[in-house]
Amino acid sequence: MQTLPEIWNMLQDVNDPEVPVLSVVDLGIIRDVKSDGKNVEVVITPTYSGCPAMNRIEWDIKAMLLENGFAGVKVTTVLSPAWTSDWMSEEGKQKLKAYGIAPPHPVLSVCDSRLFQEEQAVQCPQCGSYSTRLVSQFGSTACKALYQCNDCREPFDYFKCH
Amino acid sequence: MTIFQPSSSTLLDYLLHLADNALILGHRNSEWTGHGPILEQDIAISNIALDLVGQARYFYQYAATLRAGSTEDTLAYLRDVREFKNCLLVELQNGDWAASVLRQFFFSAYQYFLFGQLQGSADATIAAIAEKSLKEARYHLRWSSEWVIRLGDGTAESHARLGNALSHLWMYTGELTSPAEYELRLADKKIAVNPALIRENWMARIDEVFEQAFLEIPVDSWMQSGGKQGQHTEHLGYILAEMQYLQRAYPGCEW
Repeated sequence: MQTLPEIWNMLQDVNDPEVPVLSVVDLGIIRDVKSDGKNVEVVITPTYSGCPAMNRIEWDIKAMLLENGFAGVKVTTVLSPAWTSDWMSEEGKQKLKAYGIAPPHPVLSVCDSRLFQEEQAVQCPQCGSYSTRLVSQFGSTACKALYQCNDCREPFDYFKCH
Repeated sequence: MTIFQPSSSTLLDYLLHLADNALILGHRNSEWTGHGPILEQDIAISNIALDLVGQARYFYQYAATLRAGSTEDTLAYLRDVREFKNCLLVELQNGDWAASVLRQFFFSAYQYFLFGQLQGSADATIAAIAEKSLKEARYHLRWSSEWVIRLGDGTAESHARLGNALSHLWMYTGELTSPAEYELRLADKKIAVNPALIRENWMARIDEVFEQAFLEIPVDSWMQSGGKQGQHTEHLGYILAEMQYLQRAYPGCEW
């Protein structure tokens, strides 16, 4: 019989298919896990409404738990409270940086709807410089913005605060 | 005037209205994918399209629980023009980049204030969808506001194009904040928001951005309406023909 901490541990092996260095636990999208030992229910919340990875993540969670011997696996989606990048684990942020994606800043310090603002000092994950510029608020996926480093000139993704 | 009314439930009408707005604009924006003026903005408008289609899915999924035998897919793919309740603004052809970003700006400002209020809906599912979608609408509003200013305060060419877009689109903006009967009925029950009540905030946002973009609101104030009741322009049929073709030709097809 698997205990709840063991199930949480197993979920560390399910990765975000679009940012494979992050597990679904690192990403902060697992909101709850309930189990009677035989059956398990995992409650998840989407990062962005249009994130095409959500269906895949749901299948991956189901497949992994069924392989680990659970008889019934249910994945439920909740929308409220809405996901925020503040739920990303510190470990997740370090993994992102090592992978070449600048991790999100804390939401309260930088997120608002003023025009033409740039988030202050997004650090280049390649050379460490803070002299970087926003190229586009929308990057390769909904959760990322596109930046370029003014020093090493490398373009990079910033996992934006949300 | 008799208005074609295929669905009986007021809540269902409202959910379809919210879903159809998001789906049809999402589809229009997706037409830019691969055709954007530069790669970064092609990606940006495609991401906005994804957010909108995602929001539409939440509303369709909820709506499907109110109509026996329906799913989010049948609601999107198997209803005909007269059953769609989106505002006329979202179904208009894309036009040039100026017209597309101006339309997105009008719509995002509307969504931003609407969802801000709908977060307090007495219906918990609607409140949750609004809470989630508001965060996305905020990005879309920022992006589209900046583009309106960039083009309006840009070259003579970009300013002229934006001006043309404005004179074409303005008459379709009134419908966003003119309540349909189902909105009024549900607003009484605190489930919906009467969109007339967000008009002042919406207008203030338009004024603020237009001032920086050197644009003036057209004096001719005639407004088109009908979309919320299922009376559409000729353009919606063409969208549905393309969007629904596969499910109509091969019912139940999956891949």
